[in-house]
Amino acid sequence: MIAKKPRQIPRQTPRQTLSQLRDLQRLSGAAIMRPLARDWRMQRKWIDDRDMRIVAGEFIKPNDRLTSFERIEIYNRQYWFRLIDSFYDDFPGLRAVLGRLKFNRLTKAYLIAHPSRSFSMRNLGSSLYEFIQKHPELVAPRFDLASDMAHFEWAQVVAFDGPAEPPVTVDDLLGKNPAKLRLAVQPFITILQLKYPLDDYVIRLKKNRSRGDASNAMEEKLKGSARPTRRVPIPRARETFVVVHRLDNSIYYKTIDARAYRLLTSLSKGITLGKAIASAFAEKPDPELVRQWFTTWTEMGWFCKPR
Amino acid sequence: MPANRFNAFTELGIGIGLRIPHYQHILTKKPTVDWFEIISENYMCDAGRPLEVLDQILEQYQVIQHGVSLYFGSTDRIDREQLKRLKNLVKRTKTPFLSDHLCWGSVDGTYTHDLLPVPYTLAAAKNTARRVREVQDFLEVPIIVENVSSYAEFHASEMTEWEFLTEVVELADCGILLDVNNIYVSSKNHNFDPYEYLNNVPHHRVGQIHIAGHTKYEKYILDTHDHPVLDPVWKMYAHTIRKCGPTSTLLEWDAHIPSFDEVHREALKARKFLDAVKSKKDDSALAAAAV
Repeated sequence: MIAKKPRQIPRQTPRQTLSQLRDLQRLSGAAIMRPLARDWRMQRKWIDDRDMRIVAGEFIKPNDRLTSFERIEIYNRQYWFRLIDSFYDDFPGLRAVLGRLKFNRLTKAYLIAHPSRSFSMRNLGSSLYEFIQKHPELVAPRFDLASDMAHFEWAQVVAFDGPAEPPVTVDDLLGKNPAKLRLAVQPFITILQLKYPLDDYVIRLKKNRSRGDASNAMEEKLKGSARPTRRVPIPRARETFVVVHRLDNSIYYKTIDARAYRLLTSLSKGITLGKAIASAFAEKPDPELVRQWFTTWTEMGWFCKPR
Repeated sequence: MPANRFNAFTELGIGIGLRIPHYQHILTKKPTVDWFEIISENYMCDAGRPLEVLDQILEQYQVIQHGVSLYFGSTDRIDREQLKRLKNLVKRTKTPFLSDHLCWGSVDGTYTHDLLPVPYTLAAAKNTARRVREVQDFLEVPIIVENVSSYAEFHASEMTEWEFLTEVVELADCGILLDVNNIYVSSKNHNFDPYEYLNNVPHHRVGQIHIAGHTKYEKYILDTHDHPVLDPVWKMYAHTIRKCGPTSTLLEWDAHIPSFDEVHREALKARKFLDAVKSKKDDSALAAAAV
């Protein structure tokens, strides 16, 4: 989990050096971020198979009520509860489709492979979709649904506070040569091709979601004793094209058709407007339909100038 | 004493933390509040609703930034991208000073997102002070560092926590955000006298005070910020402002958050302590003048 293997710290160092401080932080960090055991307690064995009570005793003082092991365990548990709690907030749909146990297993496996590398917890789930592609066994038998959901829910994180460029307006497009015009899609927008109609499903889930789950009720949530909610039926597979976007600082899902999806993805790849329109339609493009699309999309501020 | 160079000579009064469940109440009712503290990281984003709300709050209220991820005690290099984002936010909020914690939380670029206690050593104090100075130089606003609550102590420690805090702030020439509840929590977890802590920090450097609630477990106390302030903490608070003067005070309430009015009422309990100190000070001044 941590890049460099921590060295052992000699007990009762008389004057600590900066290098020893760094080693102590590596050792503490490794203990704190080490995966919990199945009972959500700290593992009894250290990475070298030594008794963790002995290892903890080498750098943490005990007191009259807690052993060194128990004291570092408080931080070890807090670390995992905090991060998994963050995943509960960012991926409630994925939790719903996988169930609590499988979701917890996936989250732990993911966080071991992708510990946080950012000062902000906002980016914690940025690689979850790719991780699921590499580890389908963790979400079996609902690989497609889980993949779709991870993608869809990460798109919402991006839409929530992702950067925005000055939007291109309809007037900016007037008189431009489509053969040369390139448009970029706003960086906070994600254009998705899904195997399941998750937009409706997630809206129903959100309506049904229990409110008031305070963050320090995490242990209850992990063990599944949090207030039960009415189950929302899993949707049947149906190819869906959806744009997750932001308008007036609220998140929206807009369902589009396959042609619009092809057009928008082409534009987002830097293809000229003329070629993007041509590639979107199998036969002759429908100018009125394209005009309607662009009127709507530019009104919603979806386009910006390419960088 | 309360308005000093460490808090940019501000006397803010009593504030509360700006939290999402209260957004609507604050924006629609516009309650009278001396100031709001924001968690900087919640607004270090590029766009979207968090910044929209913040801008609306800034139209009406004084906002002070409080961070949770600078990790002054870490041995990693300071993330310049993080500092740039923080500086942009400082410009936006016009916070007169800024606070973060006397702790570490990342190593080799991996973040725990926790406020971990630093071993109280001279090497750690020098490292921490150097980082505080570096951040302060970059942000160009005074920084005050907050003592954290802790549940573990290191064998490597060479001094007490208050000696360590003093060492850091003297070396960095920065201020202190004295969290009275954190001192109480740590004193119970580590068996020290919290008043010895309060009596031995450099009072002239205290730029702000935090108060909060905590939760008692069988063998330790957890700093949960999910309760009203408990009596022993109020007593310590009274002692603190007798030592430091009537200092800007903030109530933290981060979990099981009740209504805005309830949180604000709890915070305003600090008023009687502040007023008592102010009136005593006036009496002393009058007495001195009479002599």
